[in-house]
Amino acid sequence: MPSDNATPPLDVDQILADPGVRIVVCCGAGGVGKTTTAAALALRAAEQHGRRTVVLTIDPARRLAQSLGLTELDNTPRQVKGIDVEASGGELHAMMLDMKRTFDDVVLAHTDPAKAAEIFANPFYQAMSSTFSGTQEYMAMEKLGQLHARGEWDLIVVDTPPSRSALDFLDAPARLSRFLDGRMLRLLLAPARTGGRSMFSLVTASFGMFSRVVQKVLGAQLLTDLSGFVAALDSMFGGFRQRAEQTYRILQAGETAFVLVAAPEPDAVREAAYFAGRLRQEKMPLVGLVLNRVHRPAVPELGAQESRAAAERLRSAGGHEGTVEVLLAHAALAEQSVREQQVAARFTDEFPQVPTVSVTAQPADVHDVDGLRTIAAAISRS
Amino acid sequence: MGATQRPADRAGTDWPARLHVVTGKGGTGKTSVAAALALGLAAGGRRTLLVEVEGRQGIAQLFDTEPLPYAERHLAEAPGGGEVYALAVDAEEALLEYLDMFYKLGAAGRALRKLGAIDFATTIAPGLRDVLLTGKLKEATTRTVDQRRVYDAVVLDAPPTGRIGRFLNVTAETARLAKVGPIKTQSEGVAALLRSPMTAVHVVTLLEEMPVQETVDAIDELTSLGFGVGRVIVNGARPPLPAGRMVTEAELTRGLRAAGLPVERGIVAGLHGEARDQLIRRELEDSLRGDLAELGVPLMELPLLPGGVDRAALDALATALVPGD
Repeated sequence: MPSDNATPPLDVDQILADPGVRIVVCCGAGGVGKTTTAAALALRAAEQHGRRTVVLTIDPARRLAQSLGLTELDNTPRQVKGIDVEASGGELHAMMLDMKRTFDDVVLAHTDPAKAAEIFANPFYQAMSSTFSGTQEYMAMEKLGQLHARGEWDLIVVDTPPSRSALDFLDAPARLSRFLDGRMLRLLLAPARTGGRSMFSLVTASFGMFSRVVQKVLGAQLLTDLSGFVAALDSMFGGFRQRAEQTYRILQAGETAFVLVAAPEPDAVREAAYFAGRLRQEKMPLVGLVLNRVHRPAVPELGAQESRAAAERLRSAGGHEGTVEVLLAHAALAEQSVREQQVAARFTDEFPQVPTVSVTAQPADVHDVDGLRTIAAAISRS
Repeated sequence: MGATQRPADRAGTDWPARLHVVTGKGGTGKTSVAAALALGLAAGGRRTLLVEVEGRQGIAQLFDTEPLPYAERHLAEAPGGGEVYALAVDAEEALLEYLDMFYKLGAAGRALRKLGAIDFATTIAPGLRDVLLTGKLKEATTRTVDQRRVYDAVVLDAPPTGRIGRFLNVTAETARLAKVGPIKTQSEGVAALLRSPMTAVHVVTLLEEMPVQETVDAIDELTSLGFGVGRVIVNGARPPLPAGRMVTEAELTRGLRAAGLPVERGIVAGLHGEARDQLIRRELEDSLRGDLAELGVPLMELPLLPGGVDRAALDALATALVPGD
């Protein structure tokens, strides 16, 4: 870029090589190349820095998943073959998150098989484990906690779910655990504990009215199911909360590095700025911003106006059609580049101290290991 | 503008549905396309409602206005005297409104909210949340005053492709949870509207691999669930490549010299490289365009707007989507 301001450059190699860094979390808005970035960083950690690495992806593009050998969603890390680790001695493992299965595992870990079967059969559990808006985020955190606890890897690289908002990733675990041991559930539990006499006999008047309304609107069957679900989960509340808090603490620790991923588009940059602010607030270690899909003219000294004017001169003189097209395309590219820098500046002006690296847009999409290696090299400016 | 003064429904319009559900992968510009469609369908003295349901306040950001409340507000004038209203549907508010409508809750409703009951009810059952959101849509789409529809069209900035099937398939979710009662009845009414010719789901995409793949998957899913797919809208499209060949470096050198530009090696090679990358990109775009055409769904392309999306750009997109009579 012609005039980088004071923003320090991001040195990802330093982070990937640092034995003190055990977790890299890639976060940002949807559609900015987050999964690709996570996979590229993991590959580089294994190939260049000899680290035993695992990458946890959430929803990879089919062909990218295939290139990592992820042909099925089996919720366990698989070693990626055919990468160049002979010199470094590193390893790369990859896995795709299976949200429902991870939730099932959590339930199994906290209760006996009979109770677990009861929970699995409950329609509320089925709805919640597959569709609750925060479940995917919570389960990504849960899986991260599990991988971390196994201690088998030097480095865990995590891709974050394509949330409505990048912030959900941080909020959902807390929300889910708050929900699971919240006041409402306690109230609903009351009947199950008192032998199910009357659904809400022990609670406040307005809650009694609420229950009547709910019964009317949703039907009594629903309340019975709900009450059963809550009662079955009751024994697990402590465990749920403890795990969420544990993972939260890991995210605040020095062994974790958050990498923001964005593209030079207003929405993505705004999300990145929100997220950076939030990480600062939560005292979570943000190490830098990867700005993907940046367009840069190869000949920056030829400006857009000059290029367009030259194309017009040629056109009116006649001939040289090929050159006219090249000059017009260059002018468009130069303009796009300027616009992108203005958009990106909204982040760098607000967070001038966050190290940043720009990655040039690839002409074609990445879906093999060679492509990931190229991206990784671009991110690490080598 | 009074309802009776508005022009009659446009017979033979290219947008026959009344409820337009606009989805697409994140980052494809579905909010802009939804807004442009609402503007386009309002042009010439009609009234449309632009709705969002995910609490992102994307509409307010796009139009550079205050965050939208849970109330229908005038958002913008459309060319030719049309009006676009906007609404951000919030599941909690919708539940309160719903309860109030049927049970006259009044202040008790606020008490419930304080207790967290509303948040709870909409959280525990995601299907309930969606049925409330789509229920509000149905109400707005079918609302009449003096036997005249209040809105000529309702455009929804819908959840992205990954969640759209589940969002629209409200009966399946609620049937699992609510086996009887008004919610079940409500969800059946909503499902009937969503599967009728009154509703069309449009998928916005870019000519990039992932969005196109998600478009193909989403159309598959929507079709198998019985929803009518309206159009595939390619956003930010550049025209197909003219059938030409790549310029050589020698030709480029001659051309640059004729234009009076410097012809140092670095410049020629740099510009040639840019052109080559561009060609690779365009060839990929053409092949993706072919994949989309194979879907058998009407395809339309919106031009790439170099200046970003401001009001003028939205109007340009609106005209591209709904050309004037």
